[in-house]
Amino acid sequence: MSAPSGGGASRDGYGAALLEMINDDKVVVLEADLGKSTKSCLFRAEKPSHTVSMGIAEQNMMLVAAGLSTSGYVPFASTFAIFTERGFEQVRNGIARPNIVVHLCGSHGGIHTGTDGSSAQSIEDLAIYRTLPNMTVIHPCDDVSAKALTLSLRHHGNPSYMRTARNKVTRSYSDESADELEIGKGYVHRQGDDVAIIACGVMLNEALEAAELLSNSGIEATVVDMHTIKPLDSELINKLAKECGAMVTAEDHSIIGGLGGAVAECLVSNYPIPLERIGVQDRFGESGGSDELLEMLGMKASNIVQAAQRAIKRR
Amino acid sequence: MTRRGMGLDISELESMAKRCRRNIVRMVYGIGAGHPGGSLSAIDMLTGLYGHRLRVDPSEPSWTDRDRFIMSKGHASPGVYSILHERGFLTEEDLLTYRKLGGCCQGHVDMKWCPGVDFSAGSLGMGLSFGIGCSIAANLDGSDRSSWVMLGDGELQEGQVWEGVMSAVHHEIGNLKVIVDRNGIQNDDFCETQMRMFDVSEKFASFGWAVMEIDGHDMQQIVDAIDWADQVTGGPACIVMHTVKGKGVSYMENNPKFHGAAPNEEQFNLAMEELS
Repeated sequence: MSAPSGGGASRDGYGAALLEMINDDKVVVLEADLGKSTKSCLFRAEKPSHTVSMGIAEQNMMLVAAGLSTSGYVPFASTFAIFTERGFEQVRNGIARPNIVVHLCGSHGGIHTGTDGSSAQSIEDLAIYRTLPNMTVIHPCDDVSAKALTLSLRHHGNPSYMRTARNKVTRSYSDESADELEIGKGYVHRQGDDVAIIACGVMLNEALEAAELLSNSGIEATVVDMHTIKPLDSELINKLAKECGAMVTAEDHSIIGGLGGAVAECLVSNYPIPLERIGVQDRFGESGGSDELLEMLGMKASNIVQAAQRAIKRR
Repeated sequence: MTRRGMGLDISELESMAKRCRRNIVRMVYGIGAGHPGGSLSAIDMLTGLYGHRLRVDPSEPSWTDRDRFIMSKGHASPGVYSILHERGFLTEEDLLTYRKLGGCCQGHVDMKWCPGVDFSAGSLGMGLSFGIGCSIAANLDGSDRSSWVMLGDGELQEGQVWEGVMSAVHHEIGNLKVIVDRNGIQNDDFCETQMRMFDVSEKFASFGWAVMEIDGHDMQQIVDAIDWADQVTGGPACIVMHTVKGKGVSYMENNPKFHGAAPNEEQFNLAMEELS
């Protein structure tokens, strides 16, 4: 996706939120040599006393954060999404299991990361963290919402994983609408009765574009920013299932286990309706431009349109 | 500093360690499972720490300014539970819940289940990192509390340990003390056959740690080493204690079979006799 002026990357919102907490002496920031990328560098520049450099050593970082948390601090630790996964068992046993409040941020998630290639494109992070009891899993779509959601983690009572993205995208939130965001509650950006498109991250823009295209052909879609993958807003999913009768999920993530998986689990347990999942189809990415990759992997607005039509036909 | 240690002399500490040994064997025999070997190798040091040094308060287990003790080799839980009983955190009845459904004495030490336990262990290699976090927090607080971490020697094979070793020096964490229980045995066999570690002290020293080697079953050396570690303030300190796995029970001593196995009835009776 190109970078329109006035747009923002969700990682910028993370950095902005940390900066806003600069006067809160209970907030500590941990970095693993990627602070310039995750944007925790903004906090470091202003408050080095509360920034801990962990070097390229993610497993250590997870447990150092846990130790800080049990001593009364609120740690925000970040690295690339893919490298958080190296410390997955540390998160599982050292953070989620004892329910220690550590806020982990994985930036550069998804194939949208682009030219770095498949080794850097985490497409499974949302799925694996979602399996952990006690964990909250968040994936905001732009900088404004990422900032609001990061700030709301300050007093959140559970450990969390937030995936942010590298690239600037068209903003979907104003400061005012972002104020309405609540962890665990999907945000409805557009309403329609024919199909519900549940999106997260950079795919929200594709979903909104798809809704416009569908509207041109007489199909009205509801579009939800499901920024919180866990706990999933099942109340909203069930309501939309009843109202629309057809659903599409859109995520820059494997269709296995992430937003699509979560919504599928919810529907099958409550109100089964046709569901189509747009995302990475059980394969790894490769180097390329973000837009090129979305195109190649069938994740553009046009693909969402087709998926919506399929879901409606299956109704 | 009334909460520091228990004011016991060397012979009182030795008696306490012997009582702990009996409880370790009782717990493991009682449930027919668990890890006696590494508990028995560690228990003299645990006794020295709680009896001589650690600033903790059984009437207020979550007291903010307590010293932290982090048993990173969490399978040595019978050792921890037995000393927490001596220190007044656990009753004798609590010890009987070891590995039982709903019991506070979980199979591996767990801070969410057991008063006096500061870390939820069970997966090797994580405790040092956690201790570093606790120590950084103490420094941010301006507190004089310190963190004491016990690692197994087999545990040193985990890469995360060396991430922690490096970072403790980089951050000049003077309120961090590590004890390595060098008993030479891990789950499957002797460390020498599983993954040789050569000179552990030299490894820590090469990263910039202050290091002292002791006989981990000599209470005077233990107390002196704890006092020495306390005096190290510019960076982290490491006590490498040479121990015998299963120490105190003849057939468990230096026997890899008793890393994670319970004695039978006959063996239990013999152990109680030897530890009387």
